[in-house]
Amino acid sequence: MINVPSTVKISLRALRVNKMRSALTMLGIIIGVAAVITMLAVGRGASNKISEQIATVGSNLIIVLPGSTTASGIRLGSGASQNLTRADAEAIKNECSAVLTTAPILNGSAQIVYGNQNWATSVFGTDEGMLEVRDWPLSSGRNFYEQEIRSGAKVCILGRTVVDNLFGNDDPLHKVIRIKKVPFVVIGVLESKGQSMMGQDQDDIIYVPVSTAQRNLFGRWFPGTVRSIMVKAGSTEELDRAETQIRELLRQRHRIGPGQEDDFTVRNLTQMLQMAEQASNVMALLLAAIASVSLLVGGIGIMNIMLVSVTERTREIGIRMAVGAKSWDIRLQFIIEAVILSLIGGLIGVLLGILAAEFLSFFAGWTILISTYSVVLSFGFSGLVGIFFGFYPAYKASLMNPIDALRHE
Amino acid sequence: MALIETDQLEKKYEVGDSIVHALDKVSLQISAGEFVAVMGPSGSGKSTFMNVIGCLDVPTAGRYLLDGIDVGRMGHDALAEIRNLKIGFVFQGFNLLSRTTALENVEVPLLYSASTPKDHKNKAREALKLLGLEERQHHHPNQLSGGQQQRVAIARALVNDAPLILADEPTGNLDTKTSIEIMDLFVRLNEEKKITIVLVTHEPDISTFSKRIIRFLDGKIVSDEENKR
Repeated sequence: MINVPSTVKISLRALRVNKMRSALTMLGIIIGVAAVITMLAVGRGASNKISEQIATVGSNLIIVLPGSTTASGIRLGSGASQNLTRADAEAIKNECSAVLTTAPILNGSAQIVYGNQNWATSVFGTDEGMLEVRDWPLSSGRNFYEQEIRSGAKVCILGRTVVDNLFGNDDPLHKVIRIKKVPFVVIGVLESKGQSMMGQDQDDIIYVPVSTAQRNLFGRWFPGTVRSIMVKAGSTEELDRAETQIRELLRQRHRIGPGQEDDFTVRNLTQMLQMAEQASNVMALLLAAIASVSLLVGGIGIMNIMLVSVTERTREIGIRMAVGAKSWDIRLQFIIEAVILSLIGGLIGVLLGILAAEFLSFFAGWTILISTYSVVLSFGFSGLVGIFFGFYPAYKASLMNPIDALRHE
Repeated sequence: MALIETDQLEKKYEVGDSIVHALDKVSLQISAGEFVAVMGPSGSGKSTFMNVIGCLDVPTAGRYLLDGIDVGRMGHDALAEIRNLKIGFVFQGFNLLSRTTALENVEVPLLYSASTPKDHKNKAREALKLLGLEERQHHHPNQLSGGQQQRVAIARALVNDAPLILADEPTGNLDTKTSIEIMDLFVRLNEEKKITIVLVTHEPDISTFSKRIIRFLDGKIVSDEENKR
């Protein structure tokens, strides 16, 4: 019968006798576990930040841009031609099954005036679908009516930054502002989204009906054309299908024959961000993998010390065998010693890792995310390291011949 | 029935090219309750005999029955169990665990037995009490005199109620006065508790405490006679 509680007691006592050595042995595991936890916390924090970015841009987004155009043999870049129309946007919304909604975009920058304040900002001509496409709620007021889009009403929705700069603490609703000297009534205010991934202020924006933008603001464009179309797919899984459907539909609408190049570009915005997220996840795992190397080195340290310990205590092993310890009793004693070393080391490492991550977040301002999963993983792994690297020394101990062991000086 | 019964027991070692017969066809019987001294010069085979009798070593050939059990062909772990239940060892160098107290030293055989853990402390304390070491139970071996250490070792041999004690030069590291004390203790255990004692020694003075003296030479028994105290 193997008596586990008393074996644990024996092991603990042996470790307590050699305090300094036990502490040094644990150091490897402590550093390893702490490194894994800190690295995972930093990595997860980074990818979490990117996920938040995805959420502010809007999820499942596709952007359709005009293609290049060739004028007298000179090829202009992507987006140069003016062949996307509001009708295209409507058609995508109505005919592509994987598409939830769309919003045309016709934008430019403009000087705006309210009272004695003025401000330069980006003005986006769009339709009532925009707020849904970008998952952007209003903090006050209302969205455009469909009828306002059709009729080219002079109404606008303001971003937070614009409101702050023009109105200060006043309520902007129902006030009249001038965009390029054209008066617009403020019907809504957007909630703040903060900075985009590129550091742009997303709240420095004004939405107006696309028809109004075409007629009154950026009228140099061909009638009915827009700069781009934003599309929201039904779900992440449907993104690829939506992309294909859009491409097919636009080729048909633009009368592009087989073999001819598209005169438009379809870009999957969300996918790009998701790739960035994946990249940062891979980075986090890579960091953790590097950190776990030190866990491995710590394990080898444990094996080293356990081997020394077994040799040193040959006589003890002989005595125990003489009075009736079986192979497994001896093996278990040394494995438990190794596991106790690595688990205590693991525990200290977990605390130290959390502390280091909090330190980074507090003093360096890094976003960190300590997951239970990473704590359980690295703590569990340290236990496994103990078993794995404790096994060989323990096995060696159990193979000793009691007569030789008793004679050992 | 004999407690120890050997039949044509042989133990051979290969040393280089030659074969050494450490035990050469040894046949003997030791009954329960005997007090036997095994004597002989070094290299005579008495230590090998003790190792085989103590189930620390297995014979090359021959048969060995301990308490009616054929232990000659048993495996490593089975022998460990036999040692735990049937045999108490007392060594010349005491062989106590240096980092543990007297009480915990006595407890060690119980850790490897099937007994329930809560009785361990009491049984160990009783064994120490029998040897007059009650007050020293929390002392470490290096805080005890040689005689006291050997008494702790004897307590450890007794704690599992083994019927046989094997003592290998138990007085080799002790002065004469202490040696006599220890030997008196063995006599008492033999007479009062009917424990069979087999003692290896090369000192004639020590062997006189026994009831029977067996002499070894070159792996063979050369004499086996009763000893009148």
